[in-house]
Amino acid sequence: MADRKKLSLAVWKFSSCDGCQLTLLDCEDQLLAIAEHVHISHFLEATRRVENGPYDLSLVEGSVTTPREARAIRRIRRQSRRLAVIGACATTGGIQALRNFARLEDYIGAVYARPDYIDSLATATPITEHVPVDFELRGCPIDKGQLVELLSALLNDRRPNIPHYSQCIECKRTGAVCRMVATGTPCLGPVTQAGCGTLCPTHGRGCYGCFGPAETPNADSLAARFGAGGLGGRDIHRLFHSFNANAPAFREQGSPSDG
Amino acid sequence: MAETRRIKVEALARVEGEGSLRVTVRDGRIKDLHFGIFEPPRFFEAFLRGRDYREVPDITARICGICPVAYLLGASLAMEDALGIEVAGPLADLRRLAYCGEWIESHALHVYMLHAPDFLGLADALELAAHDRALVERALRLKQIGNRILEAVGGRAVHPVNFRVGGFYRTPRKDEIRALIPDLEWGLDAAVETVRLVAGFDFPHLEQDYTFMALSHGDEYAIHRGELARSNGMRGPVPAFLEQIDEEHVPWSNALSGKALDGSHHFVGPLARYALNYDRLSARARAAAEQAGLGRVVRNPFKSIVVRAVELVQAYGDALELAQNYSEPDRPFIEAKVRAGEGHGATEAPRGLCYHRYRIDGDGTVLDARIVPPTAQNQRAIELDLWSVVGANLDQPDETVKWRAEQAIRNYDPCISCATHFLKLEMDRQS
Repeated sequence: MADRKKLSLAVWKFSSCDGCQLTLLDCEDQLLAIAEHVHISHFLEATRRVENGPYDLSLVEGSVTTPREARAIRRIRRQSRRLAVIGACATTGGIQALRNFARLEDYIGAVYARPDYIDSLATATPITEHVPVDFELRGCPIDKGQLVELLSALLNDRRPNIPHYSQCIECKRTGAVCRMVATGTPCLGPVTQAGCGTLCPTHGRGCYGCFGPAETPNADSLAARFGAGGLGGRDIHRLFHSFNANAPAFREQGSPSDG
Repeated sequence: MAETRRIKVEALARVEGEGSLRVTVRDGRIKDLHFGIFEPPRFFEAFLRGRDYREVPDITARICGICPVAYLLGASLAMEDALGIEVAGPLADLRRLAYCGEWIESHALHVYMLHAPDFLGLADALELAAHDRALVERALRLKQIGNRILEAVGGRAVHPVNFRVGGFYRTPRKDEIRALIPDLEWGLDAAVETVRLVAGFDFPHLEQDYTFMALSHGDEYAIHRGELARSNGMRGPVPAFLEQIDEEHVPWSNALSGKALDGSHHFVGPLARYALNYDRLSARARAAAEQAGLGRVVRNPFKSIVVRAVELVQAYGDALELAQNYSEPDRPFIEAKVRAGEGHGATEAPRGLCYHRYRIDGDGTVLDARIVPPTAQNQRAIELDLWSVVGANLDQPDETVKWRAEQAIRNYDPCISCATHFLKLEMDRQS
């Protein structure tokens, strides 16, 4: 196939750990096959060859935490026919969005000798707050199978087949033992989007919510249930305030000062 | 005639994270050179305060998607130290097995896909695949087996879910681990082939006077535990780390830059481990090193690709032995009684020694966190290498200088996401 007929793919990094774009390189069985169907125009983690846009598809990892990033995402959106965001940082702000609940000066002062060298926004915000996006892939990190499905769908002009229902449904479907019912372990499964492969419940721990809120989550009810089970406000707060703390459904749960 | 030439590498490819290099040349000499890290601050040490000690391993894992086990384990070891428990025996062996998986995945990725293209004059591994598809298929399989180990022990390759303070949430069944053995046998041979392949590359000449630092352990090539060792003869327990290394904040970088307090040319990573722990290499890894013509100490940073391949042999051999000897531990984790305290933990991340220190109060709430990752420690060594490499190539066109400089930075397998979380400075060396 002539190279110019291939669709061009660009992968972009914002504030993040690189784990979601690494997931593309972790598709060992499919990587060379994917490379036969797309032309990689920009993917700094993998290649030093950088080409200008426009791009048929951009995958964006990370959240917006600096003025430079806020400008860059608008430029990338303009150059991309399709744009999909990948991972918790890009879809809800990620772990670094914990700063949204604190004073930035305190954070910078806590870790820096020279705050004047730092150019950082007061908040970490998802890509979705800055530009329209064509698709969101959840997870901290994203799931390899869902990434391949997303690529294959977007490159073939169809809708990705990715569920938005809760982890609870996935546990029932796969016959995983319910941690809440069987052991009383606090579990975010009832309000978290499925897709990880039911990892935590099958490893003997409660879901910690790394795929973010499922569609129509009832987090208030779950938090009340945790409280009735004996969990204090601070522990409830900690549970909801991890990798998707900035998601509207999770933001207000629990109380940081209530032991 | 006075001539000013500026060479800028704004975005650094094939490293994990974002860095940049700025060189100012005047009258044919380097006037100024800055290796900068533009990775935005994420403030891990700040938001760890007030969290429960049990949450810290999973949170710090998000510092780096390429070496999450380094953070999961480093944080766990530090908390165990604070709580006065020790994870030993089969649970520690299982940790080592998982860590071998991370070394395999990370080293195979770096050797073949991120670093080898430089030596072959190619832009990336896909160009390499166009030349030699079988070679890239081998690379992908070598890497995949590392991920399989992580999946078997940890649930998934990036940010595995099964690690906790005291051990694991669930220990794998014997059949889950033994299923890895045929792949590990294949991988051990393929890793030896890898050493042979990369030893045949052309290496730019550069010998540096590094002071190496790594963990060292009497029974094994240190990965998941050990004491501190430096090539100047210093030996000491992990809590002595901050007596050796401090960090400073320079204006051209968002990462704190590590420096040895004695002013020596501090260096962590494969070359350091190899020099300090050569006697603990497996027979197979040592034979591969000898065949590759490596001495007991390697001071040319460009040859780090060969040493990394030797460590791939080591990690495959260790993983194979651990998988063969695996039996399910009696319990998945050791219970700890919460108490106030301070704890230190250090492990060998694929790219070098990674140190953690936490203080917790009587109910297990984190009061203070400090993490010193490997790339932050190597930032100064990278800059010193760049002075030499760029200086030796000043007669070359910018594009050549740029590529050589990139290659010199990639010698360190820098994980720039790791390098740029933020550490409290106790001293301001700028003023």
